[in-house]
Amino acid sequence: MSQDRREFLATAGRVLILTAPAAAYWDALAEGKTEPEEAAYRMADHFWGMIVDIDKCIGCGSCVRACKTENNVPLEPFYFRTWVERYHVEPLSEHPEVDSPNGGYGGFPEKYAPGDKAKSFFVPKLCNQCAHSPCTQVCPVGATFESPDGAVLVDKTYCLGCRYCVQACPYGCRFIDPRTNTVDKCNLCYHRITKGLTTACCENCPTGARQLVDLKDPRDPVHEFLRTHRVHVLKPQMATGSKVFYNALDGSVR
Amino acid sequence: MNRLFKDKEHLVRVAGLFAAGIVLFVVARAVLVPKTFGEYGHYRGGALADVRANPVVYAGRAACVECHAEEGERWKGGKHHGIGCEACHGALGKHAADPSSLKPVKPDARTLCLGCHATNVAKPAKFPQIDPKDHMEGGLCTTCHDQHAPDKEPKK
Repeated sequence: MSQDRREFLATAGRVLILTAPAAAYWDALAEGKTEPEEAAYRMADHFWGMIVDIDKCIGCGSCVRACKTENNVPLEPFYFRTWVERYHVEPLSEHPEVDSPNGGYGGFPEKYAPGDKAKSFFVPKLCNQCAHSPCTQVCPVGATFESPDGAVLVDKTYCLGCRYCVQACPYGCRFIDPRTNTVDKCNLCYHRITKGLTTACCENCPTGARQLVDLKDPRDPVHEFLRTHRVHVLKPQMATGSKVFYNALDGSVR
Repeated sequence: MNRLFKDKEHLVRVAGLFAAGIVLFVVARAVLVPKTFGEYGHYRGGALADVRANPVVYAGRAACVECHAEEGERWKGGKHHGIGCEACHGALGKHAADPSSLKPVKPDARTLCLGCHATNVAKPAKFPQIDPKDHMEGGLCTTCHDQHAPDKEPKK
């Protein structure tokens, strides 16, 4: 039987390509399943982020309360995975007045008089789920990391509580949980988004000011939003690859 | 050549120590480093599953309207349609899993409505706001407004 090189390579290539699915199928058969189980959630199909629309935020604090409930964040002393800030910027002033009573947990009692010629607005803050995160780079034990689907997570069993990452985060999004003495932060409700739900803060935002987005999903309205709006991330000069996009963000916000 | 190795006993001893040390290191590493470490990067791959195993506290609006279809219909298309049920009714994941295990408490309409609709200069100007002092003082908002669809005709 004669076989030229081209033919041999083509056949070998085909056999090689078929090996992986065949092996997977064989494993499934060995475990007693007739069909290989379809993975419900594939990390490779997602890349999570968030849109925050300042023009829609009313400072009700629903997100802060929902986050604390969902993620068992210590209520008092006040630590936050997400919080809301109120900015009060006088014209031409370099120093905006910023307050966040209890992180916005109980809303914002009116503090400024209408018509005082300053602009006022709310800015919800959370972990920016950076794609090139400074916090994961300083962890000495690999207890915090960027997951393949774009969430910055904490491995509580590995965390030493050394606080390097708390200092490294340029957005102040990390805290040490006083109960476990390990670090805690927003994980974009990773346990929810991997089950097809949205985050607790987005679920409970009454105005749609916060929206969970999947940057890898071509049908996600985020692509249209990013095309049609002038969005900004916090501290872009730090090149953190932040994936929390703010619409109508004022230059005074830090 | 022979002279070079004439005190080779020392060398054998040191080499043996090194070999033992290396074996000890390899064994300790195999025991101590978790199986999933390095699966995706320099961290424990199993941590992803750990985080994923956290309990879901908020069921999500889709779960609510599965049973509460009538309220769902009322809520649909109304001005409050963007608001998730649990934003007002509280976290009800337990109730969604087993309705008898947790009975939702009816929220206090006055405080709840004002949480969003009280005037505040920092709120977007187009958001509907009222001053609680001159708008139906002390009264229940739900007397006039339908909480599920405030722009629709009040439910009789």
